[in-house]
Amino acid sequence: MPDDQIPTAGHISESQTNDGGRTVHLSGRMTIRFIDPISRRLRELETDPAPLTIDLADIERIDTAGAWVLYRTRVARESAGLPFALTGASGKAEELIDQICSHTKPVKIRPDLTPGFIRTLEKLGGWIIFSATTFGGFLSFLGLTLVSLGKVIAARRAFRWRAFVNQFEAVGVSSLGIIGLMSFLVGIVVAQQGAVQLRQFGADVFVINLVGRITFRELGVLMTAIMVAGRSGSAFAAQIGSMKLAEEVDAMRTIGMPPIEVLVIPRLVAAVIAMPLLAFYGSMLGILGGMMLTWVSLGIPPATFIQRLQEVVPLTDVWVGLIKAPVFGLVIAVTGCFQGMQVRGNAEDVGLRTTAAVVQAIFLVIVIDAFFAVFFSAIGWN
Amino acid sequence: MAEAPDRRGAVIRVTGLRNSFGEQVIHDNLDLEVRRGEIIGVVGGSGTGKTVLMRAIIGLQRYDAGEVEIFGRRVSGLGELEELELRRQFGVLFQNGALFSTLTVAENIEVPMREFYRIEDRLMDEIAAYKIAMVGLPPDAGPKHPSELSGGMKKRAGLARALSLDPRLLFLDEPTAGLDPIGAAAFDQLILQLRDALDLTVFLITHDLDTLHTICDRVAVLADKRVLTVGTIEELLAFDHPWVQEYFHGPRGRAALAGAAAAGV
Repeated sequence: MPDDQIPTAGHISESQTNDGGRTVHLSGRMTIRFIDPISRRLRELETDPAPLTIDLADIERIDTAGAWVLYRTRVARESAGLPFALTGASGKAEELIDQICSHTKPVKIRPDLTPGFIRTLEKLGGWIIFSATTFGGFLSFLGLTLVSLGKVIAARRAFRWRAFVNQFEAVGVSSLGIIGLMSFLVGIVVAQQGAVQLRQFGADVFVINLVGRITFRELGVLMTAIMVAGRSGSAFAAQIGSMKLAEEVDAMRTIGMPPIEVLVIPRLVAAVIAMPLLAFYGSMLGILGGMMLTWVSLGIPPATFIQRLQEVVPLTDVWVGLIKAPVFGLVIAVTGCFQGMQVRGNAEDVGLRTTAAVVQAIFLVIVIDAFFAVFFSAIGWN
Repeated sequence: MAEAPDRRGAVIRVTGLRNSFGEQVIHDNLDLEVRRGEIIGVVGGSGTGKTVLMRAIIGLQRYDAGEVEIFGRRVSGLGELEELELRRQFGVLFQNGALFSTLTVAENIEVPMREFYRIEDRLMDEIAAYKIAMVGLPPDAGPKHPSELSGGMKKRAGLARALSLDPRLLFLDEPTAGLDPIGAAAFDQLILQLRDALDLTVFLITHDLDTLHTICDRVAVLADKRVLTVGTIEELLAFDHPWVQEYFHGPRGRAALAGAAAAGV
């Protein structure tokens, strides 16, 4: 159909009639593509007191958008008691306008708007209620998870070994590369910065104290926890969230598989077991990074480094790191799974919840880390 | 097909189409012609590639061989602008509505208008309101998000979006699947009305025998990797092929036929 390729635009022209009225000639296509200027002009003329005639004789094609504009003009003119006439309408155009007629009822397009002040109050209240319910929900989720875990440990429910192994691989084994690299680099940075400062006092050798103690106590486990939160906490939230959207979680419930047991427990156990292993591994690579730097830049050979490390780093430092790690793993897994379970509605919510899972997990990890620091110094593990 | 093809009358013409996924050949040497102004029903068993055929026609699926013409223009090898120009002439209703979940119903309907044309917001809202009423959605549906709608309402909203630009060609993928019988019958009537009012050509994939009987002018049967036959229901009833016979003369087929006869269609 060649006529489709060269569309004739819709045109609007006006002329005065003898009795002081106005005739609007429409020609060409009165379709959605060309309707905008026509609609604007006719809207202006809606309240014009002069009699209005719209001539459609030269219309080539009309669609519902065109018919709507004509209908709207007619209704506006008639309800204002202003004279209006439509001439030259083809059968098709009349039919379309009638069609519109039968479908006009007031339809809401946008949500109701409330005044700004009240809206702000509403938002604030909504946020408070949301935070409170989320916090309550988190606590009840944590409780439910621990109860389920207790049942599994008491062997009253089966432990999902296969899911656990899969999750352990995803959380632990697959992240070895990135966690190792990151810890190694952080070790180098700490050693380098320490060396620069300590050299001023001729105390270069204390770099080993610095790197050794801070890596085992804090940096190794903290960097690992942040990485696991970013990698696995987000994955937990997104996986469980998508499953919720696809009603897979509901399907599990109806089959009699408690989602907490099937989805949450394996992830939780995997994270709790993987975290200390990863933290230890991360700490070792951090130390390795520090050792490389002191060797290259301070000329301290590795053998000396290791010997000195044994002298200055008490074993309690290693324990401090390893005790914190499973707690961080628990927090990351519970936050991720909890946020995943909260997903409702649409794909956007999955994204929001995933972000929330990572942000909250990292936040909680750092808060808990601060408590641990106070606790360990109180019991004398300095 | 036996009848002489009318070049002006063919809106969609598919010739020698071949589709495959790896080793699995879905269509081989498939021919189909859809005439202007008709409602053509596409039926076939599960896995015969009804949806794949639709996706190939609307350009969502690369095909291995063959040719698809819409409005007499070859779909493959079009420039970017030409393709857009072609795309705005058809509307598609996907199986589950495929509404954009982060937009409200009204915004969903306005998406194609915003994308293609410059229209003032007020007019777009008016058109969206009219479309919402036209497809039979309740008046308060406009500001709702798709997740707040029932399955039937999602389909209606999807149809409203498909009709947003007043297309001349409408693709419907199982529009009545998952609707209650009353809702499905109403949807059938709606499509029939729209076709008459808007001069639509409708390509309709369905499993619903009542829909076939009520609104389809012709029915294309997909089997053996091609379009086995195209014809009116009466012609298909007499067509000698085990699947076609089973389909139209099975218990459900007979019931739908009796229903259509009783309704005087």
